[in-house]
Amino acid sequence: MLINLLEKVGGKVIYCLEINGQVVLLFIETLFHLRRRPNFGHIVYQMAHLGVDSLPIVLLTLLFTGMVFTVQSAHEFIKYGAQSSVGGVIAVSMGRELAPVLTGVVAAGRIGAAITAEIGSMKVTEQIDALRVMATNPVAYLVVPRFIACVCMLPILVIFGDIIGLVGGYLVATLYAGISSFTFMHSIKVFAVINDVTGGLVKSMFFGAIVAIIGCYKGLTANEGAEGVGRATTGSVVTSMILVFVSNYFLSLILYR
Amino acid sequence: MIKLVNVSMGFGNKAILKNIDLEVAQGEVLVIIGPSGSGKSTILRLMIGLLRPTAGEIWIGGREISHLGEDDLNVIRRDMGMVFQYSALFDSMTVGENVAFGLRQHTKMSDEEIAQAVRRNLRMVDLEGQEQNMPSELSGGMKKRVSLARAIAVKPQIVLYDEPTAGLDPIMSNTIDRLISTTRRLLKVTSVVVTHHMQSAFNIADRIAMIHEGQIIEIGTVEDIENSANPIVQQFIHGWAKRKQFTHGRADV
Repeated sequence: MLINLLEKVGGKVIYCLEINGQVVLLFIETLFHLRRRPNFGHIVYQMAHLGVDSLPIVLLTLLFTGMVFTVQSAHEFIKYGAQSSVGGVIAVSMGRELAPVLTGVVAAGRIGAAITAEIGSMKVTEQIDALRVMATNPVAYLVVPRFIACVCMLPILVIFGDIIGLVGGYLVATLYAGISSFTFMHSIKVFAVINDVTGGLVKSMFFGAIVAIIGCYKGLTANEGAEGVGRATTGSVVTSMILVFVSNYFLSLILYR
Repeated sequence: MIKLVNVSMGFGNKAILKNIDLEVAQGEVLVIIGPSGSGKSTILRLMIGLLRPTAGEIWIGGREISHLGEDDLNVIRRDMGMVFQYSALFDSMTVGENVAFGLRQHTKMSDEEIAQAVRRNLRMVDLEGQEQNMPSELSGGMKKRVSLARAIAVKPQIVLYDEPTAGLDPIMSNTIDRLISTTRRLLKVTSVVVTHHMQSAFNIADRIAMIHEGQIIEIGTVEDIENSANPIVQQFIHGWAKRKQFTHGRADV
């Protein structure tokens, strides 16, 4: 009984370590292929497909996040006479946490799922084998452009997210909470520093790498059939989201000590 | 040209191929026949390095490939082409882009030269003018022909065909057989064809190898196979089912 249980637990641990090892190997192989002049056209296409097409949902998410955050915080801050801090608090929290993390989550849901579904269906219809047969490395051809596109585009999405979040916060603060435009803007100048924004951009580059590598790994290892692709896509989104949240904690510790 | 020496292959505890010895001469058409699940497609995948054997050696053009890394394998694969059972066309690309893929990846040809090569290869498979269509707009037979055009576009020395006539009507099967023979005649390629369509096998083969439960049980010319004394071979080529597979009174074998 106990031995059976230990065997099962041990088996699971070994399986998890194997998966982690394969993901790390894919990451290393991707970095290795970066040296071999990736196809510029593919990268631009993926930037448009994965990055630009994600802009509307990122803007929508961050606009309402900025608005609701201001509704909640302005009410409490005004109660304690600290309305002059509202703008700064929103700017700092947007730049450091909300914009990068929520963009990472949106990317995990939209970009990660798209990458896994696309590569997964290529895998089950033997298109990945066809690439290999035609002497084309699937990591160089499929993973590298998506990796570069995600790492480059997520910071750009975060910049837009920062701006639209602040715009949402500004509108609510001035039109709903009665905070003057000058107070809001002055508060941002006093509280926020450039490191708040650059730290968020650095984080989002890591999140982009996570979403791309997990999305590609899940696609490349998808099992046969529509069910296999569906399961891989779900796994990709869940794993990417978890890794975004976990890595965010450690990145915050490192970047904002 | 292609040589398998004592090759075995398995997944986990399940043996798929057992001690396969096989040789294909330059310019020859070898057809591998056998029931579903007997390991036919596995042999093709071993030949092109998509799978690695658990034991034995695989020689392609004088080079042993079973231990080569992916980069070295890619050098070998540039002289090889493969037609997949379900065509495996890139569904995000047009027919023309599919055929041009290998040329764009591995040659320095200009766009105009590539366009000419695409037209020439599509004409060879009777699909001229289909360059702009997407694979989803094609019938099964047309997809197979595009797959063949894609495989031969890079002028390979070896072409592997995995069930090229599976799921096609008899007329289209005959068309594909004719294309395999034409490809061999015009391009002097060595061909290995996996099929369980006996008519196709008899139409195109120089030699036929019969595989059963992971082992080659008979190999020879079309006449050798037709006149084989092996009851398993005779049962397969005539399509006789085992008596126990029939329900009572339906058949008498």
